[in-house]
Amino acid sequence: METNESTGQKGFQTVGETKVENPRMTCRDVNVYYGDKHAIKHVGIDIGRNQVIAMIGPSGCGKSTFIRCLNRMNDTIPRCRVTGEILLDDTNIYDRDIDVVPLRAQVGMVFQKPNPFPKSIYDNVAYGPRIHGLAQNKAELDEYVETSLKRAGLWEEVKDRLDHSGTSLSGGQQQRLCIARTIAVSPEVILMDEPCSALDPIATAKIEGLIDELRTHYTIVIVTHSMQQAARVSQRTAYFHMGDLVEVGITDKVFTNPRHKLTEDYITGRFG
Amino acid sequence: MTPSFLIILLLALSVFGYHAGRRRALSVAGEADAPKLHSRPVYYGILTALWCGIPAMILFVFWLAFEPAIITNIVVAEFPAEIKNLQESRLNLVINDVKNLVEGNIVSSETKTWLQSAADHYKDLQVVSKAALAVIALSLAIICALVVWRKISPQLRARNHVERIFKYFLIACSTFAIFTTIGIVLSVLFEAVRFFKVIPITDFLFGLDWSPQMAIRADQVGSSGAFGAIPVFMGTLMISAIAMLVAAPLGLMAAIYLSEYADIKIRAVVKPLLEILAGIPTVVYGFFAALTVAPFIRNTGSLIGMDVSSESALAAGLVMGIMIIPFVSSLSDDVINAVPQSMRDGSYALGATNSETIKQVVIPAALPGIVGGILLAVSRAIGETMIVVMAAGLTANLTLNPLKTVTTVTVQIVTLLVGDQEFDSPKTLAAFALGLMLFIVTLVLNIIALFVVRKYREQYE
Repeated sequence: METNESTGQKGFQTVGETKVENPRMTCRDVNVYYGDKHAIKHVGIDIGRNQVIAMIGPSGCGKSTFIRCLNRMNDTIPRCRVTGEILLDDTNIYDRDIDVVPLRAQVGMVFQKPNPFPKSIYDNVAYGPRIHGLAQNKAELDEYVETSLKRAGLWEEVKDRLDHSGTSLSGGQQQRLCIARTIAVSPEVILMDEPCSALDPIATAKIEGLIDELRTHYTIVIVTHSMQQAARVSQRTAYFHMGDLVEVGITDKVFTNPRHKLTEDYITGRFG
Repeated sequence: MTPSFLIILLLALSVFGYHAGRRRALSVAGEADAPKLHSRPVYYGILTALWCGIPAMILFVFWLAFEPAIITNIVVAEFPAEIKNLQESRLNLVINDVKNLVEGNIVSSETKTWLQSAADHYKDLQVVSKAALAVIALSLAIICALVVWRKISPQLRARNHVERIFKYFLIACSTFAIFTTIGIVLSVLFEAVRFFKVIPITDFLFGLDWSPQMAIRADQVGSSGAFGAIPVFMGTLMISAIAMLVAAPLGLMAAIYLSEYADIKIRAVVKPLLEILAGIPTVVYGFFAALTVAPFIRNTGSLIGMDVSSESALAAGLVMGIMIIPFVSSLSDDVINAVPQSMRDGSYALGATNSETIKQVVIPAALPGIVGGILLAVSRAIGETMIVVMAAGLTANLTLNPLKTVTTVTVQIVTLLVGDQEFDSPKTLAAFALGLMLFIVTLVLNIIALFVVRKYREQYE
């Protein structure tokens, strides 16, 4: 674990309950630097099992950067450096001997803009099981595809046209296809980076319902711009501000009775 | 007044017209209770200048284009009757004599009095024409400028006029390029048609024998003239195929490395280095093929007991392939980079490795673009001339053995047209037929490639 090199102390004290019992993931003193820019500052937070935790905050506060640390997607960005400790079931995912490939199968990610591959719907979902060799034969692969699409609530809409291109679906369907694709590799945690920001209200409602159902099988971390969405889908909420984790707590409490002035200003709409 | 002086004068007049127009615009706008100017004063100036310069320039160009023909006709009309009724080709010789006299050059025949007087007349007419041009062009410029200048008022939509004139100017530029292309195609087409009048088109397209030397005298031996294009096209296809076998994998792999694996520092060095390959003149590649690669292949072949001709298709093809590598790699690099990062992120987020992502997401997504790039490279290879002129042979062998000598379409065109040639024998005209075929093949390839590339673009936009 590293502390702030210059001062040797934390710059900001997070208020609320950062710890939960028996967490799925634990982050301790996580810092992210883009070159010289200190984008995430000493963040410590637990992510509870089979819970939805929402990350909210104004644009550029670092919430997306933070969740990209949780499956080491920041590795693909040059000049990006992460320090600190992130435990997934007691294993530090930033350990030197950790291979990111199986990690990313354990911690899946759904992106802001639906990004289905320019392949058929079937191949989109079968992509993960194929590269990880999860299915022994065609029948098993079919099984994976069907289960995943059912869990993502897309099966009924696409079961007759699995050979159509994934890009031919509507935006909401594409996003659910991406969720199905993520589910297909049986992750433990699903990270969602503003999954509804490119969707209309009806598609958003479907995805939100889906997130609620998925909670029974998976741990979900969702970044959202919409406070209503955070309030609707999450059990816990974390508020980020300028790279600091300001407040964490039970969603209802954070929204009805914020303890930090910054959180209160944000959720009452004074800025952001 | 010389034409160049006239042009300078016209430009000066235009500059003057600009200032006059602008000043008038300002003065009419300055009058009491005058409405606001429609356009900024500059546009009134430009409009006056354009009307001053352009009509006069157009007149100037047309005048210079038609002047010689008209003067010649006038002079010919005054030739003695027996000369006037000569055949057209002989009449042209006489006219050349007249022109040579005018220019003060050496004349083919001794100077006759009527020839001298015709030349004098020609000279007089030229002087008159130049003077007339100067007077007419200058007065046209002044009149047009004056008319526009008079019309300047706050209501005159000068900006719209100026913009329309510039639009027409741009249209003229693009049509110029198109008409040049059409002109080139037509010139090749007409010569090719003349060729096909002598040699049936079926003989040309499907004949298996190419030996374009024709007997000039009846008693000459061994030169019957055979114009079957298949061996020549086979040679072209074989060399292009060898080139693509080299260039497509190497170029594509280099592009994949550069865009997916290389870090910024390496990329900054390697990419320009690769592009240097594209800057090497093809004639240098020709040396390389003829003096280094071909002997190397022949020696290696003889070591393992194979009979390799010194101008093998393999040598030319290999070097041409190396030449095309940067072409393929930079086009592929572009399309691979155009695959959105979100595709890669989606794949990485499912736990795919770098190579799995490249093989299963990036390359399939970029494939149409890569295919388009390779097709463009093929048409480049087919049309490539210098390397094959230096490194491929002249004998049109119909063979699939890359170790034998073959010849290509471009090589044949060069050999048929180099040197003193009469332009009515099938031997020379065959070059145009070959050129036409080559043009059609590359055109079709380019159209397919552009179509494929465009379809690919729509996928992400």
